[in-house]
Amino acid sequence: MEDLSRFKQTYFDESAELLGVAEAGLLRLTPGNVDMDEVNAIFRAVHSIKGGGGAFGFIELVNFAHEFEAVMDGLRSDRIPVTAELVDALIRANDVLGQMLAHASDGTEPDMATAHVVVVALQNAASAAVRESAGDDFDSGDVDEMRSLSSSTSTLSDDEMGGVFDDIDLSIYQSSSSSLPAAAGFDSSAGGAGFLAAPLSVAEGKTLYLIEFLPKADLLLSGNEPAFMLRALARLGEFAVVCDLTHLPELGHLEPELLYLKWRVRLETAAGRDQIEDVFEFVSDECVVNITVLASNPKPPEAPAASAKSGDAKASEAKPFVAPGAASSGQSRASSSQPASSQPAVAASRVPLPSAAPVEAASSPPASRSAVRPPAAASTISGGKADPSHAAPIGGHTIRVDLDKIDRLVNMVGEMVITQAMVAEHVRELPQGAFQELLEGLEQLAQHTRELRESVMSIRAQPVSSVFSRMPRLVRELAAETGKDVQLVTSGENTEVDKTVVENLVDPLTHMIRNSIDHGLETPDDRAAVGKNRTGSVHLSAQHRSGRIVIEVSDDGRGINRPRVLQKAMEKGLIPQGANLTDEEIDNLIFLPGFSTVEKVSNISGRGVGMDVVRRNITSLGGRIGVYSTPGEGSRFVLSLPLTLAVLDGMVISVGEERFVLPLTNIVESLRPKTSDLHGLVNQCDVIMARGEYVRLAYLDRLFGIPGAVGDATKGLVVLVETEEGGRLGLVVDEVLGQQQVVIKSLEANYRRLDGVAAATILGDGRVALILDVAGLKEMSQQVGHVGASVRSTASSSSFTSQPSAI
Amino acid sequence: MSTSSSLAPIGDHNEASLSASEGRGKEEQYVTFTVGDEEYGVNILSVREIRGWTPESRLPNLPNYVRGVVNLRGIIIPIFDLRARFGGGITQVTKRHVVVVVQVGERTRGVLVDAISDILAISYDQIKPPPDVESGMVDARYLSGLFTAHDRMVTLLDVTRLFAAETSEEDTPVLQQKQPPLAIVKKSG
Repeated sequence: MEDLSRFKQTYFDESAELLGVAEAGLLRLTPGNVDMDEVNAIFRAVHSIKGGGGAFGFIELVNFAHEFEAVMDGLRSDRIPVTAELVDALIRANDVLGQMLAHASDGTEPDMATAHVVVVALQNAASAAVRESAGDDFDSGDVDEMRSLSSSTSTLSDDEMGGVFDDIDLSIYQSSSSSLPAAAGFDSSAGGAGFLAAPLSVAEGKTLYLIEFLPKADLLLSGNEPAFMLRALARLGEFAVVCDLTHLPELGHLEPELLYLKWRVRLETAAGRDQIEDVFEFVSDECVVNITVLASNPKPPEAPAASAKSGDAKASEAKPFVAPGAASSGQSRASSSQPASSQPAVAASRVPLPSAAPVEAASSPPASRSAVRPPAAASTISGGKADPSHAAPIGGHTIRVDLDKIDRLVNMVGEMVITQAMVAEHVRELPQGAFQELLEGLEQLAQHTRELRESVMSIRAQPVSSVFSRMPRLVRELAAETGKDVQLVTSGENTEVDKTVVENLVDPLTHMIRNSIDHGLETPDDRAAVGKNRTGSVHLSAQHRSGRIVIEVSDDGRGINRPRVLQKAMEKGLIPQGANLTDEEIDNLIFLPGFSTVEKVSNISGRGVGMDVVRRNITSLGGRIGVYSTPGEGSRFVLSLPLTLAVLDGMVISVGEERFVLPLTNIVESLRPKTSDLHGLVNQCDVIMARGEYVRLAYLDRLFGIPGAVGDATKGLVVLVETEEGGRLGLVVDEVLGQQQVVIKSLEANYRRLDGVAAATILGDGRVALILDVAGLKEMSQQVGHVGASVRSTASSSSFTSQPSAI
Repeated sequence: MSTSSSLAPIGDHNEASLSASEGRGKEEQYVTFTVGDEEYGVNILSVREIRGWTPESRLPNLPNYVRGVVNLRGIIIPIFDLRARFGGGITQVTKRHVVVVVQVGERTRGVLVDAISDILAISYDQIKPPPDVESGMVDARYLSGLFTAHDRMVTLLDVTRLFAAETSEEDTPVLQQKQPPLAIVKKSG
């Protein structure tokens, strides 16, 4: 059970990806311009979800997916034309499939009513589409159908997903959908039925086989899986299969553990008969396999003889093999003779002979045999489509790795960076000119470390396309709801950013695009009236800029209506009456909580919980958001986000002997005030005039009880900081040491939270520095303000002052 | 790591304790260390490592026995001063001082002591209860018992409770806690 649940998780993960693939494909599906690759991709995705679902017993899901798949199959075989209604229905079906997967994942009951409605809608749309195109006939191109089946099946065989049911399932479905002809053809047995009637022309160097796979009923009892064998065959070459269902009893008489199916396979391959027999090696006692050669087109004599030789030698070791047609001398000698003749052939390949190709002949049989397969196949296919599944290594180019493992790796690399910085710092103290090699080595180490860090960070990085790809769907829906014509243009989808950032971008971007379409874009008539294209456009772009990712959402709509925004803000009491604001300030009012200019609350937006949530989400990721608007021309929202949440841009400051890090996003400016700039406020705290407002000063040394600090704003520095809520504070420190990227480390993992401290980090010298929590400091300083001097004396008894300094 | 000069050969102790523990009682090994004239022991299974003293980064507004935090290969661990905790004043650290890094569950912390002295095998029945615990004369919060090694007395500490309270929020020494922890990423300008 444990194990199964693990596979289940994999299934759900993969299904989620497949749903994305299907949706992306469906959205690109346009009537009159159908890309068959796209249709096939959607079909495969749905089919894989169905296959896996069957393995885990999600019956409702499988039934639904089957209906979905049936329509897709109709599209694929050109029986059903693509119409806009059908695409809509398919998109809904994809949604329902996603919901059913979610239910299956939670173990809850799926909403069958909705599923049923969608299935009916899907079928109606499909039949309507068929009616529309009257000229289409259902029976056309049985062979074509089979061909498309054959190509998709062999692609499927390398499909990671799909479990063992893929091929079988497909072939059952296929033969039942084309029902009578195929089954009848099978019965008539002579080898001319259904797909077998396909042309017998064979690519150079290949042989066309008809393989009858007739397993005994108890094959499954020995733990064998016919699908594996069929897949193994599919890997050998151009492949088509028909399943014989004629022996299948009525459901009441069906013994679930017995196998009633038989298969016929048409295989065009460069592989030898031995390789086909190898496939059935483990089940030779439990089945009958008849291999017939339908046609053969041997390579011309110039082709490497050794490979052919050894392949045929192998074949003749096993069974007599009759090669039809002309063949090269060595080949015909080995193949047309009796089993005994395998001896000379093998000998020939072992002993370097002056004839043929000596080099290849010298190589050992297994080596040359392995050379027969993919390379030979790839190089000798001419005219026929080169099947990429042959060249691709089984298992694909990606692996799934637990996120924890990557995080551990990221941590360790962070350590290495710190250690390396530490060593570098010590080395600087060495006498000049000495240890030249050591220095060079360290220089290299530094470079490798940097590269390692970048590579490791890039493992966590994901392209933003996973978020961007969801937006066309949103735009499509919003356009329909608002009655506006909208065109979405995306660029920079491949820009990569940390996985966590990507995941947290979905909601803000959704909100912003809604906002653009609902508020920004005008109706087509309004647009036409002002001489714009009737179709509005929303542009979504991403790019890397100075160590951050910048995402822009821009529209060519009417822009922010400043007088209205100002008026609304005053009505709602968000700003005082008669306030005088710059254009920029007015634009930024839309980020205030509770702000909305729309009179009527629509489904889409207008509840005033939009842009402030967007801003909060973005700032919680350590990002910033800005808006730039030109009336009549449109608005542009610019998001700037850190590439990763593991590091932070900080300013290192010092107070006494201690060093702290202030997040750069909190810092407004730093300044050194003159005595005349400082004012006492009711004898309790100092205030300073900064940027047109009075800001309270907080002495970090007093808040934290740090000995030996300057403790004087006019001799040290004031760092003007701002909290997320906008409150400002003048933090008095000794010195600002410089800006640095720091790796964020938890203080709570082994200790606990401290007031005024957000986290910790490790500086280049290996020492720990605390990352300050500006909001916490503000609160602490307020307490100090209230309690006055008494807190200062308490602080002086705390750890900072009472301890002697370290060595 | 530095060790005390009064260290007796480890073999002697093992022999002595082995013979004493014959019969009942499972033996467990204890790492012992000195703070001033006193010798303490903790179960070796909870000791992750022993490292030389490295300068700590101090933490604000905490009692003096919280020395601060150090970087232990990428994790940040608090360092507690055992002498200060038992009222002996702040330890004047030198390069010979060591930190015993103990791990309890998921959490790791360091305890500053003067020197490591020994590893002892002690069976359960050799451990004597500390006197006057009931009367409150002795702060028994961390003590798990007493053990006699030759002529020395070793105070065994309960590592699960050793500075455990100080690392949780319930027992906040100076400043009272008010708000839920705020992650660094929540801040912005």
